[in-house]
Amino acid sequence: MQAPVEQIWNWLDQVPDPEIPVISLVDLGIIRGVEWRGDTLRVTVTPTYSGCPATSVINFEIEKALRAHGIEKLDLERQLSPPWTTDWLTETGRDKLEKYGIAPPQPAGGPERCPHCGGSQLERISQFGSTPCKAQWRCKDCLEPFDYFKCI
Amino acid sequence: MATKDHSADLFEFLLRMGDNTLILGHRVSEWCGHAPVLEEDIALANTALDLIGQTQLWLGLAGEVEGQGRSADDLAFLRDAWDFRNVLLVELPNGDFGQTLMRQFLFDAWQELMLDALKGSSDARVAEIAAKAAKEVAYHVERSGDTVIGLGDGTEESHARMQAALDYLYPYVGEMFESDAVDAAMAQAGIAPDPASLRDAYDAKLAAVMGEATLSTPDDRFTHNGGRTGRMHTEHLGHILTSMQWLQRAYPGASW
Repeated sequence: MQAPVEQIWNWLDQVPDPEIPVISLVDLGIIRGVEWRGDTLRVTVTPTYSGCPATSVINFEIEKALRAHGIEKLDLERQLSPPWTTDWLTETGRDKLEKYGIAPPQPAGGPERCPHCGGSQLERISQFGSTPCKAQWRCKDCLEPFDYFKCI
Repeated sequence: MATKDHSADLFEFLLRMGDNTLILGHRVSEWCGHAPVLEEDIALANTALDLIGQTQLWLGLAGEVEGQGRSADDLAFLRDAWDFRNVLLVELPNGDFGQTLMRQFLFDAWQELMLDALKGSSDARVAEIAAKAAKEVAYHVERSGDTVIGLGDGTEESHARMQAALDYLYPYVGEMFESDAVDAAMAQAGIAPDPASLRDAYDAKLAAVMGEATLSTPDDRFTHNGGRTGRMHTEHLGHILTSMQWLQRAYPGASW
């Protein structure tokens, strides 16, 4: 018997992002489609950054999770277009990021507040950070550096 | 309507795109662990990573178009210098930090324009890769441009080094805008723009950044060339390949 698609979305929502394990792959917005084609489950995944080393790990984790739930025939499809955007982060994902200490992306192009103290006196250290998706910022109120999930 | 088969020209065009990002990505990665400050080290490594990621897309599609079963890895690691189609600019040595960032800006400014045009490619696969890469390159050009300005309009020492870097690298800029039969075929098929058509916008961008950086762009438009056509590369490419391809050459087919 085939698991319903909603059930599979829930399973995927339990798979953590390998680099930022506090959010799930569904929170990250990279799962673009889940559908049955005959007896084969097709999961469409889009990469965050083209060179992100987590991409192959992500595919491996998806396969591992779905196999553990008894999915036998699985087809993972890479979809480049439309390109991933941080607008696809879920609201829950954004909240989880901030609680974890990573400021969520803002349309203005910079963090809204310090994820540690909530301060608003912020300065950018570098547009590049510990992973391709993050920039480094500093809070001038609490003087702590923090990661900002940059808009793309 | 009969459709002309462009696959040989398209393959060549895709090699040019992918070899540019591959060779520059490898060059920039040489800085990993050696940059003047931690933030710059991270920025350089991230830029290199984006470029290598874009290479996988371009060379992956090149292999598909060629139809001989060659993967992106096969094309990257098993071709010799005369088969590479990158412009000479990207294979030039890193020099000091300023020279690396000047080279990066000169390339980023071109790549931004090229990708922007390729977003409208008649080949959906090319347009998709361009749309993806353009988002990453927007960050690259912002940083390399800001750094050129910061160092150019910096101290006497940094200004002198940036001017020397521009004087050394500028005679390699023109190659990015040269056109040949491959480009003509791509332009006619609506797959890619004629590179020469991007020059005015590039010159305007360069003038704005160099003006702010208080640097003088040389008047002479002479350009070294031969990389993108494969006629000849500089001596530096062979040295890059020696280190980049060593593992696959020593242990063919090795994987993990």
